[in-house]
Amino acid sequence: MIEPSAASVVPTTDPSTYLPAQAITGDLTDQMLETDFWTDDLVAAAGIPIVDVPFVTVGSGIGSFVTVDYLRIAGVPTSQIRVLGTLDKPWQTYEYLTRVSQVPRPERLRSDSASRPDNIWGFPSYGFAEGVRKFNLKVLWQLFSEPIFADYYTPKAGNVFEQLERESNRIGYDEMLVKGLVRIVRRRYGGGYFTILTPPEGASATKRVAFRSQYVHVAVGYPGLKFLPELQRYRTENNDYRHIVNAYEAHEHVYERLMQVPSTVVVRGGGIVASRVLQRLMDDRLLHGAQTNIVHLFRTYINGPNDGYGNEGDPRPGGGKPRMFMRRRGGDGWAYQGFNYPKSVWGGQLKAQVRKLEGEERAELYKRMGGTNTPWRKLWQKQMNQGRREGWYTPVVGAVEDMQPSGERIVNHVRTAQGTVPIEADFVIDCTGLEADIAEHRLLKDLLEHGGVTRNPVGRLNVDRSFELIGTASGTGAMYASGSSTLGGYFPGVDTFLGLQVAAQEIQADLRKRGFGKRIGPVRSTLQWWKWLAGSAP
Amino acid sequence: MLPTLNGRLQTRIFMLVVFGGLITLALTPILPGDPDYKTTYIILATVLVLGIVWELIYHGIQQFRWEKDWPTMFGLITALNEGALVWLLLDLELVPGIDGVPDFWAFLIDFSVIWFVVWIWTNGPMRVPFIRWRFFGGRII
Repeated sequence: MIEPSAASVVPTTDPSTYLPAQAITGDLTDQMLETDFWTDDLVAAAGIPIVDVPFVTVGSGIGSFVTVDYLRIAGVPTSQIRVLGTLDKPWQTYEYLTRVSQVPRPERLRSDSASRPDNIWGFPSYGFAEGVRKFNLKVLWQLFSEPIFADYYTPKAGNVFEQLERESNRIGYDEMLVKGLVRIVRRRYGGGYFTILTPPEGASATKRVAFRSQYVHVAVGYPGLKFLPELQRYRTENNDYRHIVNAYEAHEHVYERLMQVPSTVVVRGGGIVASRVLQRLMDDRLLHGAQTNIVHLFRTYINGPNDGYGNEGDPRPGGGKPRMFMRRRGGDGWAYQGFNYPKSVWGGQLKAQVRKLEGEERAELYKRMGGTNTPWRKLWQKQMNQGRREGWYTPVVGAVEDMQPSGERIVNHVRTAQGTVPIEADFVIDCTGLEADIAEHRLLKDLLEHGGVTRNPVGRLNVDRSFELIGTASGTGAMYASGSSTLGGYFPGVDTFLGLQVAAQEIQADLRKRGFGKRIGPVRSTLQWWKWLAGSAP
Repeated sequence: MLPTLNGRLQTRIFMLVVFGGLITLALTPILPGDPDYKTTYIILATVLVLGIVWELIYHGIQQFRWEKDWPTMFGLITALNEGALVWLLLDLELVPGIDGVPDFWAFLIDFSVIWFVVWIWTNGPMRVPFIRWRFFGGRII
């Protein structure tokens, strides 16, 4: 049992204190790798120094940040929290992904105004703050009339990062950050956990450092990106990584080339990233003189009311059309939705509904409200209409059967309703955004094999309503997870800013019941909000 | 707003009791037509009781929205139908406990001020003391 108020302890790693016959490297031993529960002696015998801290969060991205923010506001001092991960700044990975997928700092994200990872209250919302600070009546009108007479207000990426930086300084985030890679978390014999950190070369005397904690939070983000199989095959067989790119990898060279040479680009996918990439291609054409022809390949072409199973005529369990009360707008290939889930998953009816569902029923509702979608935005509609009219934007419906090189170009053989047609293009941008299985991530794989972690109805980490990883309890210790790796649980919108806050709120409340941190009741909440507003430490 | 039915009802009652109660207390002495507290509080209670029925209707309308949300604007413009109905009942002298027809401007001022304050409060500041409120469909308990 770890005393939560105890200061950090680093036991001696002096080799003379251990059995002389044993090699002391401070590295993991085979015995450790094969053992699900580690004793203190097992870790110490390997020469790995042990750091005691009540709470560690693994990831160091926005998931870790938001959770730590909640705990700090609940009165937990920085000395009782360690953030383990490779990122210098919590928004680093997020900023990289948004930037390459065509949302640089001045552009707007697809995120609700009140969804503020730097402010647990969501008040003032990004939109309200922007409208009042700059006395921008257009923004205030947009907030008032969205989504009926205006597109949803969404914040600028740069503003989100700046505000995160402010909050990060306010809560003393850097004091809690320990840089390094975490691939193993094991349960400790006697309660709690060992989290093994591999610090950067030269940062510590030993190869590994063990964090012994009562609580662990895992927020490692997307396990990885998966390419469409035919794209991956083409890339490896032809050793061509220039002409076929994924929207989530750096591909600025494509746009640069398009500015110089009139070309044809195939864009694949019908989601937000496809919309973004199309906007970039169309902006370059309309504002900067590129002569790009765009072929937009849809696998599923949405032509009207739809749900996660597709159009009205598409097969769905029980047959029939989308249910009367579950019909999403759609047209021109796209399914339209403001954010990446129907809004009420973050606090309303759908959230309440999913919280009660188990197994198949839950998976079914996920499917029904899921499906690729993008927001309806005035600018995008205008650009696409112009492109269709002038003949440089051509939507095609079908599946790619084969891809062949043809000189510097690529021939896509697309199976359509009218038979297989060849489409020759200079570049293919894959915006389908397939995610890899959670077992692709080494830490999650280890947790599945040795940590007692199970999979939920959609195959990801199985968390309870409190975001505790089911099956991982260790004595009085608890392990939690949040973010995209927990998709499919009792709360649907996990892989979003607001979802991370919903998770953090549940985790904080659960930790409070276990005696870690204070309750954030109306008084504490209000006082803490004023501190947030004033920019003083929590 | 992302209300559930339960959350709608709880928020409605909370807001009208707290803000409606306080604002009516402060405004009644200075309203035109010199209404007494009995009259203004009976009108407030009428708004509350009818409001519960209205919430059931709004919940029904919300089911036709894919997002199952209740846009910010709806929260303000529903003042029109609700206010009109209450005034109609007052004008027809169908509200028990009130003799005669109260001053229209007194009603309009009290009703509008309460509605506007509640609407503003619901769309932001409420989240400060009650951090779970917005994630639980507007439920307070």
